Amino acid sequence: TMVFAEPVDPTAVVYEDGAVAVSLSGQAGDPDNGAILMNKGSGNCIACHSVEALSHLPFHGEVGPPLDGVADRWSEAELRGIVANAKVMFDGTMMPAFYKTEGFTRLGDAYTGKAHADGSVQPLLTAQDIEDVVSFLVTLKEE
Amino acid sequence: MNLKPWMTAAFIGMAGAACAQDDSTLSIDGEVFVTETKAPEHLENISTIYSGWRFRTPETQALQIDDFDNPAMIFVDQGMDLFNAVDGTEGKSCASCHTDGPEEFAGLHAQMPKVVDGKLMVMEDLINTHRQDVMGAEPLKWSGADMQAMVALIGLQSRGMPMDVAIDGDAAPYWEKGKEIYYTRYGQLELSCSNCHEDNYGNMIRADHLSQGMINGFPTYRLKQAKLISRHNRFRGCIRDTRAETFAEGSDEFKALELYVASRANGLDIETPAVRQ
Ligand code: HEC
Ligand code: HEC
Ligand code: HEC
Repeated sequence: TMVFAEPVDPTAVVYEDGAVAVSLSGQAGDPDNGAILMNKGSGNCIACHSVEALSHLPFHGEVGPPLDGVADRWSEAELRGIVANAKVMFDGTMMPAFYKTEGFTRLGDAYTGKAHADGSVQPLLTAQDIEDVVSFLVTLKEE
Repeated sequence: MNLKPWMTAAFIGMAGAACAQDDSTLSIDGEVFVTETKAPEHLENISTIYSGWRFRTPETQALQIDDFDNPAMIFVDQGMDLFNAVDGTEGKSCASCHTDGPEEFAGLHAQMPKVVDGKLMVMEDLINTHRQDVMGAEPLKWSGADMQAMVALIGLQSRGMPMDVAIDGDAAPYWEKGKEIYYTRYGQLELSCSNCHEDNYGNMIRADHLSQGMINGFPTYRLKQAKLISRHNRFRGCIRDTRAETFAEGSDEFKALELYVASRANGLDIETPAVRQ
């Protein structure tokens, strides 16, 4: 039988110099799903980043650095920390925090423009989504 | 240009790609418009301001250089009809009092928003005040076709004049409030107006080419929506896209923001009604 670990709560993530050492979901990531999350839905990373490996998808952004070779520059733990909350690694960065649930100004209900109702706030990506994205990012090597 | 350190290398191999604003000249009926000029003194982080026209594709740009091609002009005509239409309990039209026609308002748009009797007024406020107080007519809906047609009609009278809103005196506290809103990072994406329109103009965000978010062309005709878009509607859309609770059209917050954003365009020629993708 498989043992499913509890995901780490967004408020309980431990950052060390911006990096997060252990899997947030307790599971390994799925790089194929990670590649899908880079495109649409809550990830939409290519709104801001270009990625050669995803060149079949239209319209890559220029707001952040190209992610080609990103695994040569950062370790898996660092990439996990950057995706979970880039503001810890890069002070004041424009990159949204994908695994964060508090500290927002005028939090809305998704893209409706209406206020977020009382009740729990979902992070932009789930713990497993983060792991999937990170497992895709670690494949982006050039060296 | 607004180049990130990592972009310089990328651009060398990218000649011809859409990057930053282009260097086209906007001329309508032989009149050349200022679409690029020195930023007003109060701007701290950018030295040159550009009209949004400079960031659009040649196809979209072309629709603005000839009034016969500009789809917004149909709405301006409707605004003229409305200007002449009697409405309300007093049996008057705008033309009853403004007998010289909307031409009387040449230059007004360049100074809007402005403080009147201690209150910050935008063009929509002036129009509705007149409708309600002197005509006894119903107010027009903020982003409705009638209201924006009237705003475009009055704005057109100032086309080609430089934006010149006052930010001192009575206007100062409103301007400060607008500035604070401009730099606040709203919503779950924690993005401010400045993140997109000051730090990243000229860059692509997904399929969108970011401009400086100037309002010298408003109300603009948006091809995507096939109608005139009000300033407050555009603000609402941009804030909604940060997964935030927006402010309402016509709210004090958006009027203050409008004053601040208008002041960022001081020196650019008015292009109302502009055409956007
Ligand atoms: C709204 C813009 C935006 C979005 C969306 C965005 N990023 Fe970023 N990202 C940035 C910026 C800007 C930086 C540069 C960091 C800084 O501010 O110095 C960055 C940096 C990074 C880095 C470090 C790159 C390097 O070479 O140093 C990684 C990895 C990264 N982002 C991954 C992602 C992933 C994965 C997603 C989606 C889940 C994402 N980003 C979504 C803007 C964005
Ligand atoms: C009963 C007469 C009357 C009617 C009807 C009327 N106005 Fe006026 N309007 C005035 C007068 C008088 C002024 C100048 C004094 C002032 O600014 O209030 C004026 C000024 C204005 C101004 C300039 C305000 C400024 O700050 O410079 C605008 C814009 C305007 N009117 C628009 C309209 C519109 C649009 C309509 C129809 C919806 C309209 N008016 C109907 C009497 C009228
Ligand atoms: C996530 C990015 C983002 C944020 C944050 C943002 N905008 Fe925008 N804005 C856009 C995009 C994309 C467009 C369409 C392309 C363009 O004209 O720049 C746009 C267009 C505009 C325009 C129309 C410009 C024209 O020439 O027609 C205005 C005005 C504007 N934004 C103002 C604002 C204001 C004010 C804020 C803050 C309340 C804001 N924006 C926040 C992305 C953003």
